[in-house]
Order: sequence, then structure tokens, then C-alpha cells
Amino acid sequence: MNIIVNGEALETKGKTLLDLMAELGFEGEWLATAVNNQIVHKPERSRQALRNGDRIEILSPMEGG
Amino acid sequence: MLNLYNTSVSSRMLLGTARYPSPSVLDEAVRLSACEIVTVSLRRETAGGKTGGAFFERIRAMGVHILPNTAGCHSVSEAVLTANMARSVFGTDWIKLEVIGNHDTLQPEVFALVEAARILSGEGFKVFPYTTDDLVVGERLLEAGCGVLMPWCAPIGSAMGPQNLNALRSMRAHFPDTPLIVDAGIGRPSHAMAVMELGYDAVLLNTAVAGAADPALMALAFATGIEAGRMGFEAGLLEPRDMAVPSTPVIGQAVFT
Repeated sequence: MNIIVNGEALETKGKTLLDLMAELGFEGEWLATAVNNQIVHKPERSRQALRNGDRIEILSPMEGG
Repeated sequence: MLNLYNTSVSSRMLLGTARYPSPSVLDEAVRLSACEIVTVSLRRETAGGKTGGAFFERIRAMGVHILPNTAGCHSVSEAVLTANMARSVFGTDWIKLEVIGNHDTLQPEVFALVEAARILSGEGFKVFPYTTDDLVVGERLLEAGCGVLMPWCAPIGSAMGPQNLNALRSMRAHFPDTPLIVDAGIGRPSHAMAVMELGYDAVLLNTAVAGAADPALMALAFATGIEAGRMGFEAGLLEPRDMAVPSTPVIGQAVFT
């Protein structure tokens, strides 16, 4: 399945958002996720099925003004 | 004490966490200035990266209030989504709402700002809107549910200082009961002091501190200037006069002829 993660095209075997995050090595309490511009809270990641063409954002705390 | 959405803080300085030469310099700037609120953002993490986690730990260890921003957002939907993602990570309803309308000046897109503020206030956010010094926009933001206004005094990062003191003065007079925080454009401690003398409740800074040769010392300089400006306002400033007024008593002066 072809998806876009943080602006980069990727191919994944993962069925859910949680699978994808494990596959890419994203782990940590501090991450925020969205699929196709909809927020996906941490407990929902295992139920968030991925579909071809999904646009996924995985964001992290960063410095800011 | 300054009260922001029922949270009381002693320091009237809010400090950004970006562009410091090193994380330890940021720590030192926060410590020396005794600021109690810092701003942060959300950005894409590299796959497998731990940078964000380490940064978050460092901020948490400071023991300050965290004010996440929506920096870089240009639309209502982007800002609302970013705010929700920030709340899920930082665990706070506070959000510094930025919706940018112009790439060169980083001027707020005030129409989208009001709409995003309305949506976010309805979702329980405590919105700190980065806005212009326009009174009507300020009124719309309060109607949208904001309990704080954060007008710019010059473009973000410009260090120009207050470009329109009369507009800032009008804003203070027009919103006597709303906490007003000058956000953006401050370059020097004297700029911060000038707006505090107008009766502004606080100042939000980043580049002027982070970009200094000695950021920690500059943070202290700003904290001192902000406090002095506030004390000057509370003490009651003299209005300027056209003519000289002798300070030494004239009565009893010896006459030598």
C-alpha cells in the first residue's frame, strides 16, 4: 500500500496506523498523529485502518516562538 | 500577579524556546529571567527520531507553563488541527493561535484568526491570539471567546520595537479588563519597558533573547526592564509638559544683588 508520511511517499505492509508507526520506529508518549487532516488520538491508532493514498502526519514537540 | 485564564503568574515575561545556540543556554535564559510561561511548537519528527521527546523532557523539567503555538499555519483548518494535535501532546488547553496572512511581514490573517478562535474556544481551548493592534479585530476575538489578546508591535523577529505606540495606547484604553500581551517585534529591553509603561500586562519574546550574543544575560535584562516598566505604570507616570518646572523650591531662595 502506498501512503504519504510527513510529506514523503512510502510503501507499507502495515494495516493500521499503529502498525505503520512500529514499522518506521516511531514510538513515544510525545507524538501526535493525523490521517487525512483528522487527528488520531493515541488509543485510536490500533483501530485506524490505513488506505492507499492516505496522508499521515506524525508530529513531535519542538522549539517555538 | 498576572491572571491568564484563571492561572496566576508572577513573571510578566513569556519566552519563546526557538533559535538558542544550545539547549543549556535556553535553560539558563529561563532560569535567570524567572519566566513562568514558555512557547513551543509541533513539527515533523524524523522516523525513529527522539529529538522531540528529549526537548519535551527538558521543557517539563523547567517546571513552567507550556504555551504551544500554531506557528506556520495559514488557514483555519490547519490551525484548528494543529491546536488539537498540540493539546493531545502537551496536555494543555492553552494555545497561542497564529494564522499567518503574509509571508513577508508574517502579519496575522485576522479573518481566519477570528474564525479559528471561535472554533477552538468552542472546543474548550484557552486561546492566546497573535493579532494586530486593530481594535475591531480585538473586539471580534473577545466575542469569539478569547480572554487574552496578543497584539504585535512590529513584524515577528524584526526587532524594530513599537511602530505605533498610539495604537497600542488605544488598545489598552479600549480593553481595560482584558490581559494584553505584546507579542512580536520587540528588539530591546527599552522596547519592552515602553509597552509595559503603557499598562500592557506582559510581553512575549523570542528572537531578541535567543539572537543576543549572551541570551541568558539578555533574558535577565528583559525581565528587569519588564518589571521596571510595570512598576512605572503602577506608580503613575508624569505626563510630559511643554515648559520647564523647577524641581528645587523657588520660595526661600536667596537673592544676591
